[in-house]
Amino acid sequence: MSKKTLKNPVRERRQFIWRIGMAGGFVLVLFLVLLGRLVYLQVFEHARYASLAQENRVRVVALPPPRGLIYDRHGVVLAENVPSYSLEVTPEHVPNMQATLAALAKVIKLSQDDMRRFRTRLKGGWPFKSIALRLNLSPEEVARFAVERYRFPGVDIVPRLRRYYPLGASMVDAVGYVGRIDVKELRSVDAKNYDGTAYFGKMGIERFYERRLHGKVGYQKLEVDAHGRPLRVLSTQPPVPGEDLVLSIDAGLQRITEKALAGKEGAAVAIDPRTGEVLALASAPDYDPNWFVDGISRARYKALREDWRRPLFNRALAGQYPPASTIKPFMALAGMQYNIVKPAQKLYAGPYWRIPGDPAKRKYLDWNRGGHGPTDVVKAISESADTYFYQLAYRLGIRKMDAFLEKFGFGRPTGIDTTGAQPGLLPTPEWKQRTRGRPWYPGNTVVAGIGQGFLLATPLQLANAAAILSMRGQGFRPHLLRASRDPEQGGIHSQVPTPLPPVQLRSAAYWEAVDRGMWEVTHQRHGTAWQAFRGFPYSVAGKTGTAQVSSFYYSDTTDESTIPYNLRDNGLFIAFAPVDHPLVAVAIVVEHGGGGSHSAAPLARKMIAYYLDNNTIKVDGRLVLKPNAPAELHLQPTRSSAPSLRLLPQVAPNAAH
Amino acid sequence: MPRIEDPNGSGLLRRRLHLDGWLLAALLALIGVGLIILYSASGGHISVVYRQITRLVLGVGVMFLVAQIASYHLRRLTPWLYFAGLALLMLVLIKGEVGMGAQRWLSLGVVRFQPSELMKLAVPMAVAWLFSERPLPPRGRDLFIAILVVVVPAILIAKEPDLGTALLVAMAGSFVIFLAGIRYRYLFGFFVSILAALPVLWHFMHGYQRNRVLTFINPERDPLGTGYHIMQSMIAVGSGGIYGKGWLNGTQAQLDFLPERSTDFIFSVFGEEFGLLGAIFLLGLYAFVILRGLIIAVNAQDSYSRLLAGSISLTFSVYVLVNIGMVIGLLPVVGVPLPLISYGGTSMVTLMAAFGMLMSIQTHRRLVAH
Repeated sequence: MSKKTLKNPVRERRQFIWRIGMAGGFVLVLFLVLLGRLVYLQVFEHARYASLAQENRVRVVALPPPRGLIYDRHGVVLAENVPSYSLEVTPEHVPNMQATLAALAKVIKLSQDDMRRFRTRLKGGWPFKSIALRLNLSPEEVARFAVERYRFPGVDIVPRLRRYYPLGASMVDAVGYVGRIDVKELRSVDAKNYDGTAYFGKMGIERFYERRLHGKVGYQKLEVDAHGRPLRVLSTQPPVPGEDLVLSIDAGLQRITEKALAGKEGAAVAIDPRTGEVLALASAPDYDPNWFVDGISRARYKALREDWRRPLFNRALAGQYPPASTIKPFMALAGMQYNIVKPAQKLYAGPYWRIPGDPAKRKYLDWNRGGHGPTDVVKAISESADTYFYQLAYRLGIRKMDAFLEKFGFGRPTGIDTTGAQPGLLPTPEWKQRTRGRPWYPGNTVVAGIGQGFLLATPLQLANAAAILSMRGQGFRPHLLRASRDPEQGGIHSQVPTPLPPVQLRSAAYWEAVDRGMWEVTHQRHGTAWQAFRGFPYSVAGKTGTAQVSSFYYSDTTDESTIPYNLRDNGLFIAFAPVDHPLVAVAIVVEHGGGGSHSAAPLARKMIAYYLDNNTIKVDGRLVLKPNAPAELHLQPTRSSAPSLRLLPQVAPNAAH
Repeated sequence: MPRIEDPNGSGLLRRRLHLDGWLLAALLALIGVGLIILYSASGGHISVVYRQITRLVLGVGVMFLVAQIASYHLRRLTPWLYFAGLALLMLVLIKGEVGMGAQRWLSLGVVRFQPSELMKLAVPMAVAWLFSERPLPPRGRDLFIAILVVVVPAILIAKEPDLGTALLVAMAGSFVIFLAGIRYRYLFGFFVSILAALPVLWHFMHGYQRNRVLTFINPERDPLGTGYHIMQSMIAVGSGGIYGKGWLNGTQAQLDFLPERSTDFIFSVFGEEFGLLGAIFLLGLYAFVILRGLIIAVNAQDSYSRLLAGSISLTFSVYVLVNIGMVIGLLPVVGVPLPLISYGGTSMVTLMAAFGMLMSIQTHRRLVAH
């Protein structure tokens, strides 16, 4: 115990007592300062403060700011504030709660949920704070209550602004929704600034940009009588409304996409590759965000949660799927970049392939029983030759594969400005050892070459990768916010695209080979999506994918209708168009849709057709985007009129009558 | 054979229940005063008082349990507690980000503050543990490690972001370093670096926190927001005069002019209704609790207990000083409740656990020769 011999307990204790004495003395001095201040306030300034208290007839009430509106890229309203009336009860002014509630129920319809929520809040709230009993009264109900109002002291009709999503379920994946603010959320912000605010962004854009959408609280000075009842408004410091946000979403494209996905489980994302703007972000099945705004009923929420199709799950951002053959264009690029194959070099792509020297002689099958024969990069992509990519992946190795795919955004967060996005997975040998407790086998690399096995990507990541590919390596961070309008300064601020570090290849010929292969997918008879794009007026580069869900069934050899639904393959498709100057990149996943060529590719066709038909004009034989700068948007001037609802003098509490 | 006297005395309270009579009496008096004033502040609603009593019973229970743990056991547990708290803090940071996503609003909100509450105790304990076997005053490597032990969790908490709690945690740890007898020139350096760090702190603050500081410096800046609250609070206290307006008779409080009159601003209700005399009585009670804590620290037998007890007492005094200072317009508005009296407060359990430690230190003394 050499350490202990160095300690000198007696000296240390003496030292400690000295220090404690110092600290205690300091605290004592501060207590005396408090005391001095109290004497000053309560003795010397008493007369002044007593008269101030006597004349205190001024009360300050908070005026919550109207929440910023959300628009699509063309100025279509996605989220707005609509006036609504709620029935509120101030417990301390109600003489007999039971009787009042019973009598009220005869005038205005009150559901079980309303009553339950009210009782919970009655137990947990302050008696002098009013509690909402019913929200969204109809004009008829307001009128009916107004007539009977004298019978109900302590019960008032209160006007407020309700958040409303006019396009309902079709926009929930992109916009998200607000709900009633909870205690934890209140603690994460300046509670004063949320005085009187009912809502808080719970998900999506509404959550991510909560701070900007909210605005700044205002105050109103009221003169009150000796009982604290308001008499008149003395002065008003109006609230600063939240910022209006213009999203890059194209509401029309979004609706077409949602419609095409209807009845399926899956997701689709469209991106403008030149900026990273997300044009559509759809996941199916869906639900109406308006259900959540004022609190969802228990039964409805239970139904949503227990639905096996998982409508609450945003597949476009959080659905992590094996990319299957849609990974092949990127694999081909990796193979050429690392000099495993040359663009024109032909490998033999037979019906199956074996790892050289594998004692088990395991066969890795091609989807096509006949194989593809001698195959170069273009053919390998257009025919989706599995055995070509087995060889390529095996020779490339998992490390180089991971390093290359990461440049296209696989396996890491995209940085999109919304909530709930997942990063996908680029498996490494360390990852497998850590999570599965098994070493990495060469076979893992081989199946990764066709996007199966452990590799996972979200639809957003696939669309982003397709966009980077279409731009020959120059990607942009995917984002949803296109512009914002600051209510204080006015004017519209455009969001500047954030370029990603470019993917640089040794030769431009590699990009051309892959573009050619993907063009043949949709334009040549042997391409896997030829059927889906027959007669399509635009040039499209695409790639199909079919991800096996169960290894027991193999959809190309079995009649699909005999396979149980939840074991059917996932269909995928990525594409961009037009090939020579891309304006849109898409990715689609249809769960259990079977092969990507017939489940997902037709959706891509609809999306690309809609977007290019409606947003481009032909100039000298070339498609050009119609001008649509944010500054030219005609946003509705409804903002200034909306807050006036709250600026009305507060209705005097009913107890005064 | 000389008669052996148990250093813990002979009473039932001390020997069997491990409670310190003086401290217990003062705490119960504070709690009693608190409930009386809460009844008035809530507008005469007994249900609010009942809810507070429930919370207090839980707190006293925790205090009692902690008091049963002898301080040498506490010392052994310290590193575990500290690292567990640190791990939880990191988990909160990592999970907190994921938690912003789809499932966020389903999660029930108890997890967030717990690790930082734990750290309010674990940090001073860890510093005391670090110093307990080392020669004091600390210097060189020991001092450096101690500073790390304080700063790392403080930064993690500040990132949550919860600047207020981060400062309180850092302060509790710094008190131990001070009490351990750190050299004056280090102390001087410490204050200089705090002054230098103020711009950094400013950077860490939210807009609203900056606003509050600015409003404090110039109340005219925000006459309708925070400035109004401070004004109303000072009117309440000042109009109370020497004798007060009497229980349930404070016009400021009863007519709803006072903001947060049951929580952070409860002292202004007290000042209005019980006047200067009442305020002196309350300050006296607090001073007594602090004094008793310092005496327990001085009587403690080993440096771990001594340092811990000292830090707890000083931290408690800061709560009292900051809250009352804020209510009577001496400090900017920061969200610190008046300990044992303000309604609610997640920190009640932490506070009572700390008092449990003080009691344990006082009543688990061993028979040793000085």
